Formats: sequence, structure tokens, C-alpha cells
Amino acid sequence: MWTSELSGAAITWAARTTTDAAGAAGGAFMHIPDGFLSTPVSLVLWVVAVLVVGVALVKVNRDMDEKRVPLMGVMAAAIFAGQMLNFAVTGGTSGHLLGAAIATALLGPWAAIVVMTCVVGTQAILFQDGGLLALGANLVNMAVIGVAVSYGVLSVVRRLLGNKRTGWLVGGLLAGWSSIFVASLACALQLALSGTSPANIALPAMGGIHALIGVGEALITAAALALVYVARRDVLERGEAAAGGRGLAVGGLVLAVLLVVLSPLASSHPDGLEWVAEEHGFLGSMLEAPFQLIADYVFPGIADERLATIAAGIIGVAVVLAVTWLAGSARRRRGSQGVA
Amino acid sequence: MDARVKLLLALALVLCISLMPVAAWPVYILLLALILSAAILSELRMRPLLRRSMVALPFALAALPLLLTVPGQTAVALRLGPLHLAVTVPGVERFASIVVRSWLSVQVAILLTATTQLPDLLVAMGQLHMPRLLVAILSLMWRYLAVLVDEAIRMMRARDARSASWSGRGGGTLAWRASVTGSMAGSLFLRGLERSERIHNAMLSRGYDGSIRGIAVPPLDWRSRLLVLLGLIVVLALLLFGYWVA
Repeated sequence: MWTSELSGAAITWAARTTTDAAGAAGGAFMHIPDGFLSTPVSLVLWVVAVLVVGVALVKVNRDMDEKRVPLMGVMAAAIFAGQMLNFAVTGGTSGHLLGAAIATALLGPWAAIVVMTCVVGTQAILFQDGGLLALGANLVNMAVIGVAVSYGVLSVVRRLLGNKRTGWLVGGLLAGWSSIFVASLACALQLALSGTSPANIALPAMGGIHALIGVGEALITAAALALVYVARRDVLERGEAAAGGRGLAVGGLVLAVLLVVLSPLASSHPDGLEWVAEEHGFLGSMLEAPFQLIADYVFPGIADERLATIAAGIIGVAVVLAVTWLAGSARRRRGSQGVA
Repeated sequence: MDARVKLLLALALVLCISLMPVAAWPVYILLLALILSAAILSELRMRPLLRRSMVALPFALAALPLLLTVPGQTAVALRLGPLHLAVTVPGVERFASIVVRSWLSVQVAILLTATTQLPDLLVAMGQLHMPRLLVAILSLMWRYLAVLVDEAIRMMRARDARSASWSGRGGGTLAWRASVTGSMAGSLFLRGLERSERIHNAMLSRGYDGSIRGIAVPPLDWRSRLLVLLGLIVVLALLLFGYWVA
């Protein structure tokens, strides 16, 4: 293990663990690096991120007392460190936490957006886990969509099941899973809009792999909430009191439903996505080729479009799983040789 | 060098790489030379830089379908049973450009963070009008990150000491392992919460009134301004050159 007296060593260790674990669990596919999104898409998402985080900062500034700086600073560090906690899944791959759902439950949605912004931003700036220009997109996916969806799901489940332990458990499970799944759909759509990855391949592949990763997030989130429920119920109640925005909950749910409904549409009618892109002036707004979405693509070699989509999905998931497994076993081998 | 200058130029360079057209190979090489010479001038070690710059490579998987889907002249035709795959020349160009540009951008980001302390970078971001609350939260997070990472490491060491594991597999079912990790995460957050309360008390006892004060940073001097200007001109020239080449 590591001698953790030196904080520098601990941070390097944290960096390596987060990137390695993310790579091994496929979570790296959520942190979009620079170069994979077209410039207009990146800039539009930056604007969205700045607007939402700006609103969140104003709300936090208004609703919380002067305790907010230490509270959110330390909680951001805790989420960051919490992402290191991993558990073995199989074949050297490991599952770990992203934390949007847990932050939402503990701090309320607006503070969670701010905290997740700090976490995702620091990962990009310090550890190149996600690009600088793509940071807007990553913030939108992980800090905004992740939190809004978690909040929406948590509110609905808790309204249905009440303020009991089951409510938090089921809420944690569903919020954890859907925050990952919906964020990955958003990520795939952004890649498709950038013309990097055709929608009929990116959506099933990203959605499929994150439907699996989301299970880990769901289990960890639910277990963590169960512990907090037993140990410090007042924290959960405080987080709920800090919530406030019903608009955000509704927004998160609408967003989730929209993305889930839109995705099969977009992947079976890639022309529809192209139409959206044209409508919003992505196409032709810049000089030439970089932003062209590929017309008429079905998976090469298969005539039936639905079959092709399914084939693309299966192949995508298989490829990702294979790479994940290889990365994981390579890492394990390295680890057992003591080089890591 | 002033952190503001570095931040501005790094962002400009990343934006420039993103706007660069497909297959502008000479300019990509120029950019690589520029970045590597900056790294050498900053006395960075090459091997860690190059090793770390591979971080983003797995993501190239997302762009892999481009090989097959961009229409154009066929480069390689593959027959895999019922599948007829045709790798096109423009497809290869698009894919390779995306991967190379991503690799270059990562190197710029590494260059920025390897030569700049995060606290300096945060001050610079504050100067460039990032909200003060965000800057304050980020600096506090940075200050306590090592503490909480240590806490997480201690927890994992405790778990390892108590549960035997066998080549990547822990005991129990998957759900059990996940829920153990979840309890660890939960108690890490509770410890964080309690620590933040103690920190808040300590801050109050030292006269904290809700605003964080820092040393006033002087505005950029004319040499730094000149440097930024020159850098932006170079970036613009590279961009124009890229479109001329492609």
C-alpha cells in the first residue's frame, strides 16, 4: 500500500485511482476529453453549464448561512475521495461512485450542483479526466443532469413511499441508477450531435454499458443513504429542507423522460437528429466538414435498420466490455507485480 | 510566469486545436512541436508527460465507427461472415484527426497544471471573473482533499485487513460488496460533514464573517499583456495556417 503521510503522494494516488478505476469501470466514457465534441456543441454546453451553475450559486448564496463555504468545500473533497472507494466486480474491474445522487440527498439539489461542479472541474483541471473545452459538456452531464435527475427521482419516490427508511433506500437505488444512465444518454447525444459517433451506435453502446455501471452506483448510493439514515437522520431532513426548487425536480424528470424517449428515436432515425442539428444551425454554421453528420447510416452490412441498431448496440457493448476487461486485467496484473 | 497568462493561453490553444480542420497534419506537427518545446522549457520530464497524455485514448473507442460511416473512397474492405465492412479514406482521416487533436489538448492541459499550483490557478480564475463563492469553495476543497483522501485510504486499508480477497474478487456477493462500499461512502460523507462543522467553528473563532479575504492581486503588467497578445497571434496564425493547409 501507500505511505499516506505525504499529502502529495496521497493526491497522486487519488489521481491514479480515480483515472484507473474510471477507466476500468468504463466510467471514463462519461468524462469527455477535448477533441471529441465539435466546437459549437462544446460552446453551447459551456453556456448552459455557466447559466445553471450561476443560478445554483445564487440560490446557495441566498438560502445557506455563512457555513456554506466550509460545508460545500469539505463535501466536495469527500465526494472526490469517495470516488476512490471501489469494490471488485469481476475480472479485475471495479465499480465506484460518481456521487451526484448522494450529494443531492445530503445537501439538496442546488448545493449538490455546486459541489459536483467543483469535483468535475477539479478532475478536468488537475487530472485531465475530461477536457477543458469539453468541461461545459461534462458539467452539464454530471453536475446538472446527474443532480436534476437524482432530485426528480428522489422526490417522486419519497412522495410515494414516505419519509421512511424504504423511501430513502428505494429512492437511493433509483436515483443512483437513473442519474448515471440518463447522463450517459446525454453524453452519447452530444457525441452524435458533434458528428463524432453515429447516434445509432453511440446511444445503445453508452446506454447499455452505463445501465450496468449504474447498478454499482445504485447499490452504493442506497447503502450510503441507509447508513446516514441510521446514524444522522437529521442530515437527510436538512438536505430536504434545503431543497426548495420544485422546478428543478420537475425539470430533472422531464429531462430524464425526454432523453430516454428521444434516444431510441434518435438512434432509429438518425436523420431526425440531423434535422435537429440543421434546425439549430450546427450544420453549415462553421466552415465545412467537421460538423457534418453522416447521412443515411445504418450499421454497415446489415440491411434492416432495426436489426442494425440492435447489432450495433450489442457489438458496442461487447467491445466496451472487452476493452474494460482487458484494461482491468492488465491493471490487476500490474498490481500483483507490485509495479502499480 | 503569471498564472493568468498561462490559463488564458492554454484555453486559447485548446480552443484553437478544437477549431482546427480535419487532416491538417503539418499544423498538428507544429502544435506538437510547440507544446513539447514549452514542456522542455518548463523543465518537465518527458516520460511522465507522455505517459499521462494517454489518459484520453480509451475514449477513441467512441469515434471508432467513423472509420466505417464517413462516405468516401474505400481504403480497406473487410469481410467478416455476413458483415461487409468498408473502411474509407476520409473515415480514417476523421478518426485519426480526432484522436491526435484530443491527445494534443490533453498535453496542453497537463502543461498548464504541471507548471501551475492549483491555489495560483484559483486566484487567476477569480481574477478572470469566476464567481468568488466558487473560488472559495474550490480552495477549501483543495485544502482538505488530502485529508479526506487519507481518510478514504484508511477505510480501504481497514476493509482489506478485515476481509480476505482473492485476485480481484472480494468475498460475499456482489451486492454485499457494493453495500459495504456504500456504508464506507456514507460514513466518509458523515465524517466530512462533521469535519466541516468543526472547520466552521474554527473559522468563526478566528473572525470569519462569511467572506474570504485574499491578498489583492495586481493587474497584469505590460509584459504579461504583450505575452498574451503574442500568444493569441500565434494561435490565430496556426488556425489560419491549418485552414490553408487542409
